[in-house]
Amino acid sequence: MAVQPDAKIARPHFKPIDATVPKVMLQGSFTPWFYLLPAIIVMIIFIVYPGLNTFYLSFRNNTNTDWAGAACVAGQPCWGVFENYRYALTSDIMRTAFLNNLTWIIVMVSATVALGLLVAVLADRVRYEPLAKAIIFLPMAISFVGAGVIWKFVYDYGTGATQIGLLNAFVTFLGGQPVAWLTTPVINTLALILVGTWMWTGFCMTVLAAAVKGVPAELLEAGRLDGANEVQVFRNIILPVISPTVAVVITTMVINVLKIFDIVYVMTGGNYGTEVIANRMYIEQYTSFNTGRAAAIAIVLIAVIIPAMYFNIRRFREQEALR
Amino acid sequence: MKTGNLTQRLGGLPKHIILLGMCFIWLLPAVGLLVTSFRPFQEVTASGWWTVFSPPKGQAEFSASCAACHGEDGKKLANADLSNPAVVSQFPRSIQLQAALRKNINGQPHMGTVPVPNTQQTADIATYLRVLAGIETNQRFTLDNYVDALVGYRGRTTYRQDCAAGTQSVDLNCDLSDLSNPRGMTRAFLNSLIVAIPATLIPIFIAAFAAYAFAWLHFPGRLWMFALLVGLQVVPLQMTLIPISRLYAQLDLNGTFLAVWLFHTGFGLPYAIYLQRNFLGSLPRELFESAYLDGATHWTAFWQLALPLSLPAIASLAIFQFLWVWNDLLVALVFLGGSNPVLTYQISNMVTSLGSGWHLLTAAAFISMALPMVVFFGLQRYFVHGLLAGSVKG
Repeated sequence: MAVQPDAKIARPHFKPIDATVPKVMLQGSFTPWFYLLPAIIVMIIFIVYPGLNTFYLSFRNNTNTDWAGAACVAGQPCWGVFENYRYALTSDIMRTAFLNNLTWIIVMVSATVALGLLVAVLADRVRYEPLAKAIIFLPMAISFVGAGVIWKFVYDYGTGATQIGLLNAFVTFLGGQPVAWLTTPVINTLALILVGTWMWTGFCMTVLAAAVKGVPAELLEAGRLDGANEVQVFRNIILPVISPTVAVVITTMVINVLKIFDIVYVMTGGNYGTEVIANRMYIEQYTSFNTGRAAAIAIVLIAVIIPAMYFNIRRFREQEALR
Repeated sequence: MKTGNLTQRLGGLPKHIILLGMCFIWLLPAVGLLVTSFRPFQEVTASGWWTVFSPPKGQAEFSASCAACHGEDGKKLANADLSNPAVVSQFPRSIQLQAALRKNINGQPHMGTVPVPNTQQTADIATYLRVLAGIETNQRFTLDNYVDALVGYRGRTTYRQDCAAGTQSVDLNCDLSDLSNPRGMTRAFLNSLIVAIPATLIPIFIAAFAAYAFAWLHFPGRLWMFALLVGLQVVPLQMTLIPISRLYAQLDLNGTFLAVWLFHTGFGLPYAIYLQRNFLGSLPRELFESAYLDGATHWTAFWQLALPLSLPAIASLAIFQFLWVWNDLLVALVFLGGSNPVLTYQISNMVTSLGSGWHLLTAAAFISMALPMVVFFGLQRYFVHGLLAGSVKG
């Protein structure tokens, strides 16, 4: 690479971020693009172009031969070119999916964050901290598919006298009737959420534990000297200090939960009322071959995620301002 | 002092109970999987995995009803040696055994004053006697599930039994070549490796270049491009699946490893660039300044300074990307499918098509988890580091 001294760097129009680059590191005006282009090209092909194309396809019919709604029959409900969105937003199965995703978000995000915080705070005070954390964190390393197998076995429902599923064996041991955990509506969604919680609590714990350790020791000491008990110390000192991290963890978890696919696909296939948005999108595209509908569902999914995306970018800009 | 210590300890009790309780609950399902994967398949569906920790069936009944005269090992009476297969084989079912127990021996009741066990107890005793005499082996653990999973054998009996009897299916040779069976986990394991290694290295390498530019080069639009990158990290995979599969169909790439490598590269890049740029940007700028003053070009600064120094970040990133690709199902399902099945694909297929073949499923699942667990326990520090760098430090 030929690198020539370049007068450009002295120009005043550079954004503040450029203040981080030493003035002496001169460069040709092409140099940055040499480093950037491979990444930019790959990202354009694999993220930007497909994103735009999906947007276009969401207005086309299921075989991409005409605009959506071209086959609309007079008298039947039809949203014209937005016909696929009518399906994505109002069909029964999608309504189930939205409701389920909402349940997932509410239950799983609060459960993972609460349990993660609990372990993070408690483990900080015991000698076997590394071991406890490693155990809670372990499910993060395995696949959703593996977790699906593990938990399908726990939820196994036998019609005979012997229950080989741990949960039903426990229920019958207590004198109850065995439950078909994965085929009984509502219970099954909660059963799937439990799997997700088992997998993701470790993530929340790790991130929150780092924040808890970052709380200044003097602050905690001062609080304790003033007679605060441990619960008060947690509520009035630890929690306010780590609240930005909690917000980040919640955003990340909401995004993760919205994209949840594997657990549902492996354990119930979206049947028995456990449908979620991402699984529906897969089924529309690869089982029913309804490209238009699948694209519309994908667009709806990104539309739901955009607020989180905005939050991420804003946080990034705030951090840059601090640099 | 002592009482103070005690109250202090008792005060800490709830936290230990909560923590240890959670650890127990977290481990239990995985232990169930592990134990089941080593149990003979007839046993897996007959009793819960936790029963392997209880004494063998019928032992308690035997001790209560028979051990006093026959001895715990059944050898005490020379004329009725219960460890002798010839003796025990006279009572193949509980009916014969019960009849024998009710008979008089030398004019005295067989059982003496001990009550004759009921039918169920007798059946359990008969089972135990067969094990005691060595007619049946009470094998609690076996490696057969792993053998079957590795060669992809889904018969009514195990691969080893069928091979010994010569009744294996036609596509098996009963030698090492069976490991290349496309239905087997060995092939899937190799395919997973073939997918995961390049899909980890390529994006990290491309990202290193871009990260260097973002950290140490001037160009217009640097800030907003980087902000865009932050946004791209959360774009759901689903958003891009359809156009990419159409593109791949035109290029005839569907079902090839290249298709998956490229896709994972595209999707791994935003995070990879973000993480490496933040790491590079946190290095002291004097380092780069002085290198430049010493006559280094950006090219040499990249190769000899930036890349070696960012190895810790690259390590974290590599672990993350590797596990992500290794554990991914959706991309493998869509772009590889059954033509080059990876572990996750193979297992998800078994779950849906095999129903309750738990002995194979658990072994297969454990094969797929072995490598991530090794990576996790070996490199936990880097793993946690990468996780924190991505979500908190920013």
